[in-house]
Amino acid sequence: MNNGDFREGLRQGFPVIVAASPFGALFGALAVDNGFSIADAVFMSATVYAGASQMVGIELFGNNVQPWLIVLSIFAVNFRHVLYSASIARHIRHYTPLQKFFAFFLLIDPQYAESERRAERGLPVTFSWYLGFALIIYFLWLVTTAIGAVFGQMVGDPQAIGLDVLLPIYFLGLVLGFRKRDRFLPVVATSAVASVAAIHFVGSPWHVSIGALAGVVLAACFPSERAETEGEPVEQGN
Amino acid sequence: MDASQHLDLIYIILAAAVATFATRVGGYVLITQLKHIPPRLEAALNAVPAAVLTTLVAPAFVYGGLDVAAAMVLAFAVGLRFSTLRMLLAGWVVVMAIRYAFL
Repeated sequence: MNNGDFREGLRQGFPVIVAASPFGALFGALAVDNGFSIADAVFMSATVYAGASQMVGIELFGNNVQPWLIVLSIFAVNFRHVLYSASIARHIRHYTPLQKFFAFFLLIDPQYAESERRAERGLPVTFSWYLGFALIIYFLWLVTTAIGAVFGQMVGDPQAIGLDVLLPIYFLGLVLGFRKRDRFLPVVATSAVASVAAIHFVGSPWHVSIGALAGVVLAACFPSERAETEGEPVEQGN
Repeated sequence: MDASQHLDLIYIILAAAVATFATRVGGYVLITQLKHIPPRLEAALNAVPAAVLTTLVAPAFVYGGLDVAAAMVLAFAVGLRFSTLRMLLAGWVVVMAIRYAFL
């Protein structure tokens, strides 16, 4: 371990967790609102460790969606990480297998983005730096989850303090984060119409898979020419 | 939630953790095998996040009530220029204003 690199990682990770802490607290509060205990919420933050997909998971769990569909949806929301791990491979090839295990477990959006930036500046992506950056975010993610869950348990009716509107807006923000992608508007329009129609005609749990499938199939029918020549775009967001 | 439901939840969380880890290690494994991703597959994969997330947004907009719809419209406008945090703040202010000032 290199202490200097580790401390530099800690320092650079701090602003990230400041920005993410409202979402950690929001997740904790909404998890409790959807039937989780405080320990469940912290357990999910500690094991899944992927903010947006955790929100999707509690929302679906609260709606009594079938377990396999909850897991599949979390998998789908996190699918972008495949691109991250493919692209970060060249910077962390020198890690030991155990170091790689931890590196991949902790590979969240800002971790990926900062690692790429560090490599671009010509600095080595050492495991010490990587771990320092990751650990401060990971630790405070658990703390803010617990704080939010405790707060959420004290709040009886989420509608009374406007909590119910936050999740759809949070997801709307995530959707907007992908707006530079090819076929964004047709995909969103197709999935929106299909999901609303599916809620109407089929019922609640199924609107997620039906709506998502409609948008994905549409995209597969119209691959852009750009995709063949350029690399995969990497979005921001959580 | 009774004990068996709670055990289900623990299993769901663990399965989700494994699925998430698979996405985080999958690209590394694939990149050493696959030289070229077919354009159709790539287009489909690219569409996955927006398509999934939209299905969580659209029904709330349509069935969530006028106060939620109004908050989402404003949050959308804010989101075109500003961060998600400001979207949340703007939407929350709108929904609270409608619920407490006008009702």
